Amino acid sequence: MLVRDFLEQSARLTPDKVALIFENERLTYSQIDTMASRLANALIDNGVQRGDRVGVFLGNSVEAVVSVFAILKANAVFVVINVNTKADKLAFVLNNCRATALISHVRLRDVVAEACPSVSSLHYLVLAGSAKQTHPSADIPTTGWDAALEAYPADQPPRRCIDMDLAALIYTSGSTGVSKGVMVTHLNMVSAATSVVAYLENTSQDILLNALPLSFSYGLYQVLTAFMVGGTLVLERGFVFPQAVLDRMAGERVTGFAGVPTVFALILQQKHLDRLAFPHLRYITNAAAALPVDHIRRLREIFPHAAIYSMYGLTECKRATYLPPDELDRRPDSVGIAIPNTEVWIENEDGQRLGPNTVGELIVRGAHVARGYWENPEETARMFRPGPIPGETVLHTGDLFRMDQEGFLYFVSRKDDIIKTRGEKVSPKEVENVLCALPGVMEVAVVGLPDPMLGEAIHAFVVPEDGQILAEQEVILHCRRHLEDFMIPAHIEFRSELPKTESGKIRRASLR
Amino acid sequence: MDARTEIHQFLEEYFVLDGKLASLGDDASFLENGIIDSTGMLELVLFVEEHFGVEVEDDEVLPSNFDSVNRLNAYVTRKQPVPSIGS
Repeated sequence: MLVRDFLEQSARLTPDKVALIFENERLTYSQIDTMASRLANALIDNGVQRGDRVGVFLGNSVEAVVSVFAILKANAVFVVINVNTKADKLAFVLNNCRATALISHVRLRDVVAEACPSVSSLHYLVLAGSAKQTHPSADIPTTGWDAALEAYPADQPPRRCIDMDLAALIYTSGSTGVSKGVMVTHLNMVSAATSVVAYLENTSQDILLNALPLSFSYGLYQVLTAFMVGGTLVLERGFVFPQAVLDRMAGERVTGFAGVPTVFALILQQKHLDRLAFPHLRYITNAAAALPVDHIRRLREIFPHAAIYSMYGLTECKRATYLPPDELDRRPDSVGIAIPNTEVWIENEDGQRLGPNTVGELIVRGAHVARGYWENPEETARMFRPGPIPGETVLHTGDLFRMDQEGFLYFVSRKDDIIKTRGEKVSPKEVENVLCALPGVMEVAVVGLPDPMLGEAIHAFVVPEDGQILAEQEVILHCRRHLEDFMIPAHIEFRSELPKTESGKIRRASLR
Repeated sequence: MDARTEIHQFLEEYFVLDGKLASLGDDASFLENGIIDSTGMLELVLFVEEHFGVEVEDDEVLPSNFDSVNRLNAYVTRKQPVPSIGS
């Protein structure tokens, strides 16, 4: 099975069923499939070949969903890039994967125009949002979205891939500060989606609401699992207007809702929730970090019919564990047990499996474990190591866990300095690299500090060069020009020096 | 200073928009253009409450009131207490 089958099978079985609801649009499976086939034929005719990487630089939208499936139909590999990405990072990602085509929006034209000239692999650009032809770069042939769809037939493009082929690269923060593209095959995605659908008991009756970005695997899989079971996806641009999303959730009779602790904290801040009822909401899922016990209690009051699933995963395997909802009261801080068809265990540094109540690294084994990082053998060798059967690899998560007597797992901490904020991973190094490039900065250290809304808030300690005076605004402006929104420090603190070890390394622990 | 100018000033200063808003215009959606994220919206609501003395109800924090400079300006103008003569 290939990932494109999620859409194509549902389009065959229930062509007239509403697949996607976005703002005022309601699109059936047949309509999405037709659009995706037309766009796929446009990509193929403009030189996209089997295995090529194609960027999707779009916010959550109909175009983003159609693009993912169009790229798969073109037998290529989709790379969804966070819509807040700045030009230098966009260029880095497109160059890193040597993307041959890019699908974006006319609203993002300036960023695209700045990034594309340095991406020599790129030879085709599709821009949504404009009927007119727009050429952000004179050298790259560009087609408007509507023009591409009108010019090409809806014939299903030939299936050239097998399930060992790559379906996607999902870029994630690395501890070195350089983003890594996680190589995800069709088999990885089908396996992960099958497992998730099994424990969430998703069916074609489900209506899932997703306000998480599709560049984030948790958001992307809301589309994939909804389409796999032939359900309906309600897609939101984001969670900027919680009341509007909650109104939509009640109005569309949503049955499943995915969030991270920041999203649930925003919901709990709303004062007038009693005017809304959610009798259809069957479950809510939480990932990225544990929910405070008090939030669990209050979420139950708002969503009395919803089971609450606490889950754990990382891009490299999509998901690893989930807590069966009936265990939540007994172990509210546990992330549960392995998801179906997955094995997990805890290991010490010598590779020995550990029993209950001992802290070690969580290892994940299953068909959903990705193939490694794109053209990054060192990082791949560190995280993806040989498993029990010759030729297989298991995932060393870099996360420290313990389990209780009954085998339920508890997240303890990360082995590295990665910050988790709003459910996303941020490499302190990546933020530090950007800050150090600002003239007048001598030294910086970036750490995550506990924050009730964000999980961790990014806190930057900045040491100006002798005689230099920096303004906080100036530092933030510099960050805003070079970093995605979620990576911008919440606090800037100027210091005259940073605490160091005898060998001259910054003592991060004393800054937290 | 009128409300519109003050809204502009706050957005530029707080979100460090680097002239982005000026080029998009007062009708541009904050959401569609990625100008404000979910935590930023909380700050914007706080600004409206504190700066304009408007009590913002949660169910008023909707795109129709808060999703562009023009909409926000209309909302604030509608909700703002009328200053008494001589104050």
